[in-house]
Amino acid sequence: MPVLRPRSVDHLLHLLADTPDASVLAGGTDMMVEINLHGRRPGTVLPIGSLEELREWEHQRRAGTVTIGAAVPYADMETGELADLVPALAQAARTVGSPQIRAAGTIGGNLGTCSPAGDILPVLSALDAIIHVLHRDHSRDLLFSDFMTGVKRNSLRPGEFVHSVTVPVTRGWQGYAKVGTRNAMVISTASACLVHDADEGHVALALGAVAPTIVRASKAEAWLSQQVDLRGSFSVSIEIAQEFGRRAASETSPISDHRSTADYRRHAVSVLARRLLERSAT
Amino acid sequence: MTVPSDPANESYRLDVNGSDREVTDAWVGESLLYVLRERLGLPGAKGACEQGECGSCTVIMDDRAVCSCLVLAASATESRILTVESLGDDGRLSDVQQAFLDAGGVQCGFCTPGFIVAVHHLLDRNPQPDDEEIKEALSGNICRCTGYGRILEAVKVVARGRAHGGVA
Repeated sequence: MPVLRPRSVDHLLHLLADTPDASVLAGGTDMMVEINLHGRRPGTVLPIGSLEELREWEHQRRAGTVTIGAAVPYADMETGELADLVPALAQAARTVGSPQIRAAGTIGGNLGTCSPAGDILPVLSALDAIIHVLHRDHSRDLLFSDFMTGVKRNSLRPGEFVHSVTVPVTRGWQGYAKVGTRNAMVISTASACLVHDADEGHVALALGAVAPTIVRASKAEAWLSQQVDLRGSFSVSIEIAQEFGRRAASETSPISDHRSTADYRRHAVSVLARRLLERSAT
Repeated sequence: MTVPSDPANESYRLDVNGSDREVTDAWVGESLLYVLRERLGLPGAKGACEQGECGSCTVIMDDRAVCSCLVLAASATESRILTVESLGDDGRLSDVQQAFLDAGGVQCGFCTPGFIVAVHHLLDRNPQPDDEEIKEALSGNICRCTGYGRILEAVKVVARGRAHGGVA
């Protein structure tokens, strides 16, 4: 029987270990497009959307972290307490598709597909998110940068699935911005997430849709730390913000495709980086 | 002529508009949209883009408005599904449907069922939406005829009518 409906996470892990080539189905917003339009013939499908454990998120106050289940949809990140705790995640979630897509699509699905244009992924990169991966016989915690390995490629092995994601709750401004051809229903041409950690005195910048994986602009981050004391609130000159954007863009390797050109993407992402830095400064 | 059943095919039950509906011998990759229209005789949800961009196939699943073209039907066996066919009582139009007609929010009509479902979903959660909230809630539904002005007007007419107790 091709659709096996797991009753629990434990059941899912057993089914997945027995059928390692099965497809784990979260919100369906990627897999169904492949089936409807690209001729994908699904083999065994394991839907996880109805597993309550995966539809919940939790704030670990003492640790200062939030853990989000793989089947939490974007709609649940847009407003409310989760949005207050991780504002950049909320901003990114609000830019995904349409209300219908955000009601169905999930954080686990974004990770499973691992498109360079995935809207949540720059946020997970900038926050150094931990991806909790389970297998019937073991579990692994991976940094996002070790999880995503290429265009629609991740480091999941047969029998493994993404159970949940943990991100830190930080003090300081954070935000997400993207460029596309219109305001609603658009896939990123270029995107960026900036997180200012006021306690650590650091600005993290992650860039989407400008390389095979999400790019952490670590050289631009290090350069900025040398120019500005980033502990607490800070201010930057226009020149520093522009140079930060230029340096960030030079760390990308965009392509030209049906959505845009490499030159435009490089330009757009430098503007996004500059704007986000200016917004994070006082 | 009987077509031999494929052992890889699926048989399952769906909760649609409050009825327990049986689906037999269905290909595993069928979308909820396809099953509603082609197997269950519910052609209200329309298929156009088949990739979640146009909203014409919008249905309510567990109190969320979703694109039925992006739901794997065989995975929806534990969900409560409501289609546009469930909205009027005894063959009468719902207040939203009537307002679309009165305001001229319908031209070719293809996108209309998706809009009607999305508007019911919006007004059930937010009875008095402002213009921005209406536009945001309908940003996943595309209409190429009306230019949206009359659709917006229809939503406001219903919101005002319900506020004054005139629920159809």
